[in-house]
Amino acid sequence: MTEISQQRPRPLRVLAAMSGGVDSAVAAARAAEAGHDVTGVHLALSANPQSFRTGARGCCTIEDSRDARRAADVIGIPFYVWDLAERFREDVVDDFVAEYEAGRTPNPCLRCNEKIKFAALLDKAIALGFDAVCTGHYAKVLVNEDGTRELHRASDMAKDQSYVLGVLDDRQLAHAMFPLGDTLTTKGEIRVEAERRGLAVAKKPDSHDICFIADGDTQGFLSNRLGKAEGDIVDESGAVVGSHEGAYGFTIGQRKGLRIGTPAPDGKPRYVLDISPVDNTVTVGPVAALDVSALTAIKPRWCGAAPTAPGTYTAQLRAHGGETEVRAELVDGQLEVSFTEPVRGVAPGQAIVLYDDTRVVGSATIATTRRTAAVAV
Amino acid sequence: MAYLDHAATTPMLPEAVEAMTAHFAVTGNASSLHAAGRRARRTVEEARETLAESLGARPSEVVLTSGGTEADNLAVKGLYWSRRDADPARTRVLTSPVEHHAVLDAVHWLGEHEGATVEYLPVDRYGRVHPEALREAIVRNPDDVALATVMWANNEIGTVMPIRELADVAAEFGIPLHADAVQAFGQIPVDFGASGLAAMTVSGHKIGGPYGIGALLLGREYSPVPVLHGGGQERHVRSGTLDVPAVAAFAVAGRVAAEQRERFAHEIGRLRDDLVDAVRKAAPEAILGGDPAEGGRLPANAHFTFPGCEGDSLLLLLDAQGIECSTGSACTAGVAQPSHVLLATGTDADLARGTLRFSLGHTSTEADVEAVAKAIGPAVERARTAGLS
Repeated sequence: MTEISQQRPRPLRVLAAMSGGVDSAVAAARAAEAGHDVTGVHLALSANPQSFRTGARGCCTIEDSRDARRAADVIGIPFYVWDLAERFREDVVDDFVAEYEAGRTPNPCLRCNEKIKFAALLDKAIALGFDAVCTGHYAKVLVNEDGTRELHRASDMAKDQSYVLGVLDDRQLAHAMFPLGDTLTTKGEIRVEAERRGLAVAKKPDSHDICFIADGDTQGFLSNRLGKAEGDIVDESGAVVGSHEGAYGFTIGQRKGLRIGTPAPDGKPRYVLDISPVDNTVTVGPVAALDVSALTAIKPRWCGAAPTAPGTYTAQLRAHGGETEVRAELVDGQLEVSFTEPVRGVAPGQAIVLYDDTRVVGSATIATTRRTAAVAV
Repeated sequence: MAYLDHAATTPMLPEAVEAMTAHFAVTGNASSLHAAGRRARRTVEEARETLAESLGARPSEVVLTSGGTEADNLAVKGLYWSRRDADPARTRVLTSPVEHHAVLDAVHWLGEHEGATVEYLPVDRYGRVHPEALREAIVRNPDDVALATVMWANNEIGTVMPIRELADVAAEFGIPLHADAVQAFGQIPVDFGASGLAAMTVSGHKIGGPYGIGALLLGREYSPVPVLHGGGQERHVRSGTLDVPAVAAFAVAGRVAAEQRERFAHEIGRLRDDLVDAVRKAAPEAILGGDPAEGGRLPANAHFTFPGCEGDSLLLLLDAQGIECSTGSACTAGVAQPSHVLLATGTDADLARGTLRFSLGHTSTEADVEAVAKAIGPAVERARTAGLS
């Protein structure tokens, strides 16, 4: 089994998605250095870049497009800007809003990989004669003797992004190239390399938050889109302990920003246990009530064949989340998962990604959870 | 390499490069009173005379600017302000929906910030404004029109406007008409004096001169309010120290453009027709842009719409084979928008995304056309598979 970005029988025509950040710039540079015929493309994802955000963060600004262009100049590859704003709005932004409205917690980066980078962009790239799409994600694609692909965690667990790529199927993986997968970034290797390559983005800050929410204020963004809808915050007994301006603004496990006047009987902090869009109610309770022992996840996607029998895996339940041991089995097309040890803060709408050691086995969307404590959810 | 984007910019003529480099090392501010200043001023004035002669104007009618965009802004904003100052009722600006953004965005700005009412004259399916349309718009209230501005030839589809007839209509009502002649100069006869225009924009780098230099031809009776205030150069309507080397080179290019125009138009027109035939042969479904009639559009322009294709995709595929052309439409942060010109001619929005503009110039050869003939068929096929994203 070999690292796909390093061993190729022939040079490929590669389309490098360049956000304007340091990772995608170095990824494109590595692909070009490996002898591939690389073309850079920056995706314009908001219809009116200026109205959405300013500053250096994220991936939608004119400045980012310029940074990507300058990186392509230095690498010495052609560069274009493609407008995928309409697709992005439909498939990512509208979906993001709809998911929150339904009381779930979406992951827009995962959705963007699934629907934009490795769907709309990949399809267009293939049609135009490219062999692969290259991104700055930290993950590895390994190729088996029989030509099938495996998606693995990056060498550097702290940077690993296989979670947001777990939705990719065999076909998508067959055309994916992640040149940063084997990088150990603990010593800022990527920035040093960018500097060495003369890429001005070497010193650009990392982007963390959601690229289409300029100021990081997700609640504000949602209330702009969905309007205010005042409702009650209740405790586990159903007693009203506060009010909110829209149940969609909350995430399971959230503690901050609840603005509850009445202290809890035990004086301890309270957390969001449940969001009910139907009656616009948010239920809060003690941290122990967040413990989840099992969940059901829908829309499973597998890297390779779907497992036919129950199995034990490690699972990741959110981006940047830790690993936890689970037992999972496919029942009527849904994934039934039970945890060896109870876990906290599991939010419907997020993905559960199953791993066999470093290998991504599959991914599914969390639909319902079962709590350890007797809580009406 | 097949460079087929001369409407974006065309290589500098060797004579222009020579004139420009000859002046780089010469000291002298054309506004200075001493010998060095007078020497620079002489260069500028000789250049002005050459440009005037090339454009059928008087030397005093040549206002040098930093390029086409500035000249358009000076004409549109400056004439608006001066006409409104003279009579506050004059706030209506008549223009066409197919103008270059240097005009389109300037009139839009007047509407947003200066109380102008912008009226877009109807165009036919070739993007042409008819004199009757201008007349109809004016007669609704001749007293409230500040100015009209209609380009001489369209930069995307190459359609030539009936400028003389439009100017006659405007003159009947004493309304100044401005024309952006950036694309027309050097390709079709452009005679400012005979045109009846109040103002006309030309640019250096579109005719084999340098970047960063252009001119507004401005009738002597007009005093637009300046956009740039300062030392009072250029009839007090365009302040700023003149770029002597660029002015000298611009004049050389202007002279060549005027002298060679007829021969150039004839030869380049034939090459363009070959290119059109080649594209149609390889992609019969391609829709030719602009007015196909003899003299209806610029001889160096070949504009196509490819149904089901994205112009961006075609551009990438041709670029990869060394063929450099344009989608023709303006970019926002590098993102191609559906062409406002095609939309104005009634083209469907999806179709308007599938455009390519090949524009020929003084370095174009048969080999360029052959390269397009070879590459366009497979590129269109591929781009159609990629579809519209």
